[in-house]
Amino acid sequence: MGSKPWITLLALAAFTTVAQAQDKTSDIIARGEYLARAGDCTACHTAPEGRLFAGGRAMPTPFGTLYTSNITPDPETGIGKWSADDFYKTMHSGRFPDGGLIYPAMPFASYTKVTRTDSDAIFAYLRSIPPVNQKNRPHDLRFPYDNRQLILGWRTLFFREGEFKPDPTKSAEWNRGAYLVEGLGHCSMCHSPINALGGTSQSDAFKGGLIPMQNWYAPSLTSNREAGLGDWSIKDITDLLQTGVSARGVVYGPMAEVVHNSLQYLSDEDTRAMAVYLKSIAEPSPPPPPSSALPTTESSLLISLGKTVYDKSCASCHGIQGEGKPPHWPPLANNQSIEMESAVNPIRMVLNGGYPPGTKGNPMPYGMPPFAGLLSDNEVAAVVSYIRTAWGNRGTPVSAREANELRSAPLN
Amino acid sequence: MFARAAASAVVIVTLAAFDGAAAQPANQPPDTMAARVEACTPCHGNKGEGTSDVYFPRLAGKPAGYLYNQLLAFRSGRRKYPPMNYLLEFLPDPYLEAMAEYFAGEHPPLPQPAPSEVSKEVLAQGELLATSGDAGRNIPACVSCHGPGLTGMQPGIPGLLGLRAAYVSAQLGAWRYGTRTAKSPDCMQLVAGHLTEADVTAVAAWLATRPAPTNPAPVPKGTYALPFGCGSQPN
Repeated sequence: MGSKPWITLLALAAFTTVAQAQDKTSDIIARGEYLARAGDCTACHTAPEGRLFAGGRAMPTPFGTLYTSNITPDPETGIGKWSADDFYKTMHSGRFPDGGLIYPAMPFASYTKVTRTDSDAIFAYLRSIPPVNQKNRPHDLRFPYDNRQLILGWRTLFFREGEFKPDPTKSAEWNRGAYLVEGLGHCSMCHSPINALGGTSQSDAFKGGLIPMQNWYAPSLTSNREAGLGDWSIKDITDLLQTGVSARGVVYGPMAEVVHNSLQYLSDEDTRAMAVYLKSIAEPSPPPPPSSALPTTESSLLISLGKTVYDKSCASCHGIQGEGKPPHWPPLANNQSIEMESAVNPIRMVLNGGYPPGTKGNPMPYGMPPFAGLLSDNEVAAVVSYIRTAWGNRGTPVSAREANELRSAPLN
Repeated sequence: MFARAAASAVVIVTLAAFDGAAAQPANQPPDTMAARVEACTPCHGNKGEGTSDVYFPRLAGKPAGYLYNQLLAFRSGRRKYPPMNYLLEFLPDPYLEAMAEYFAGEHPPLPQPAPSEVSKEVLAQGELLATSGDAGRNIPACVSCHGPGLTGMQPGIPGLLGLRAAYVSAQLGAWRYGTRTAKSPDCMQLVAGHLTEADVTAVAAWLATRPAPTNPAPVPKGTYALPFGCGSQPN
C-alpha cells in the first residue's frame, strides 16, 4: 500500500520519458519535412496524380528520359532497407549504398553541402510517410549516356564533395542563407550556364543559363542586369520567394514551381536569410549591354509597331508608362527580366501568358493572358522589342524569327 | 472571458480587413474573379461564351462540378492540352473551384446555331443516336445522361449546347482514342468506344444545329437516373 504512490510516480516518470522521446522524434520528423520542402524533393520524386514520393516522374533531359525513384519507406521498391548512414552517403557523395553512380539530374552536387543532422532529419521524415510498393521504372537514355561509368567523368569535372563551410567573416544570417541557397535549395541547378556535358561549373555558379528541354532562361543571380538582386529591397526579395509576387516582378514558369512546391513553406527567418545572401552575391558593376543585332531602321519600325500593339493589348494592365499595378500586374519599366540579354522569357510570357503560383500569401493570383493566338510573329517581336527599349529600359530589339521559334517551346 | 475578448478582437480585425478590401486603392487591379480569369479570355471569351475559334469551348453556364473536374484534370495533365496544363499547373484547389463557380455563374446568350455542312441523312443519323441511341451497339442516347434538353445535370454532367461540331467531334475522338479520360468508371470512354467515326461526325453535327432552349441551365442533381455508373457524377 505504502509503495503504491512510488510505483505511480515511477510509471509517470517512465511515461514522461517516453512522451519526451516521442516529442523529440516528432520534432525531428517535422523538421525533416520542412527540410524536404526546402530541398523541393517532391518536385521530382512525386509524379502527377502519383503517390507522395513514390517516384516515376519522367524527367526529359538532352540525353534521354530519366524516371525518378521511389523514396518511400517500402522495403522492396523504396528506401525501406536504407540506414541513416546510407541516406547521408547518398545525398553527400552521389552514390547509391551499393556504390552505384547516381545521374547528376539528382542535385547531389548541391545536397553534398547538407549537414549530417539535417540529412538525418530528412531521412526520419521519409521513414514516417506511408510506404508505396511501386517499382522504379528503368531510365530511357540514348547511347552512350546509358553507360553510368560516364558519370565518373562528369564527377571529375563538376562535383566537389563536402559539407557547407560557413564563412566566419559573414553573419550567421548570411551563412544560413548561403547554406540554403547552395545546399538544399540547389538554385545553381538552373541558375548557371549548363554546358554540353550537362554540368554546372563551379566558377560559373549562379551566372544564369537556358534550362535544357524547357526553353526558359534561368537568369543570373549575380548580375544586376539579370536577376541579380543587388538593388532590390529585402522585403521585395522575400515577397517574391514566399508569395511569388513582389513590387519588382513576379515568378513564372519553372520558378513558379519552385515557389509553389518549396519556397512558400520556408519560415520568415530562413526566407530573409536567403534574401540577405542573394542580395550580397549580386555584382556591383554590371557590364554594358550588348549592341543590337538588328539594323536600326528595321528596329525603329518594329518598335513603332510595338507601341501600337502595347497600347492596344497591354497598357490596360501594365500601364502606359509600364508602371503596372504591382504586385499583381507587374511593372515592365525597370524590370530586369525584360531587359536582360536573353529575350526568351519576355517572348514566352507574351506567347503563353501564365499564372504565378497560388501560395499561402497569394492564394488567388492574377494571370497573364496568352497572346500566341492573337498576335503574329511580327507583332510579338514588335511588342517585346518595345517593352525592352521603352521607358528607359536598356534591352535590345528581338526578331520575328526568335518569336516564331519559341512558339514551339514545350509548355510542360 | 479572455478567449471571448480575443475572439471579438479577431472579428474586428477581420471586419477591418474586409473594409480595407472594399475601399480598394486605385493602383491595384480590381479585386474580382473577372480580373483574375483574364488569362482565360483570349480563348474562351470575356464571359466564357467562346470565341471564333471552333476548337475552344464555351464555358459559361456549364455545371461548376464539371468545370472543376476539367480544371483538376488539366492541372494534373490527365487531360492533355499543353497551354491549359501550363496555365493551371501551380494553382490550388480552392482557386480552381472559384474559377469553376465563376464561369458556371455566367450566362451570356447561346450563339445562333451555325448552318450545318453535312447532309440531311447524316443529321438524321446524328439525331437518332443523340435522342434514342443504338441499343444493338450498346450506345446510349446522349439525352439519357446529358438531359432531355441537353443542358446537363448538376454537378458533373455538362450541357452539350453552344458547342461547335469541330469541338464535340475532337472530344469524342479523344475519348475514343483514350487521350481524354475521366474518373473511373469512365462512362464517356465506354460510350465513345462504341462509336464509329461516322457516328461521331453525325452526332457532333446534329448537336451543333440545336437552337438555344428557353432555360439553358443544367437541371438539379438527381432529376433523372443515369443508365450506368459515372465516376464524374457521384450518386
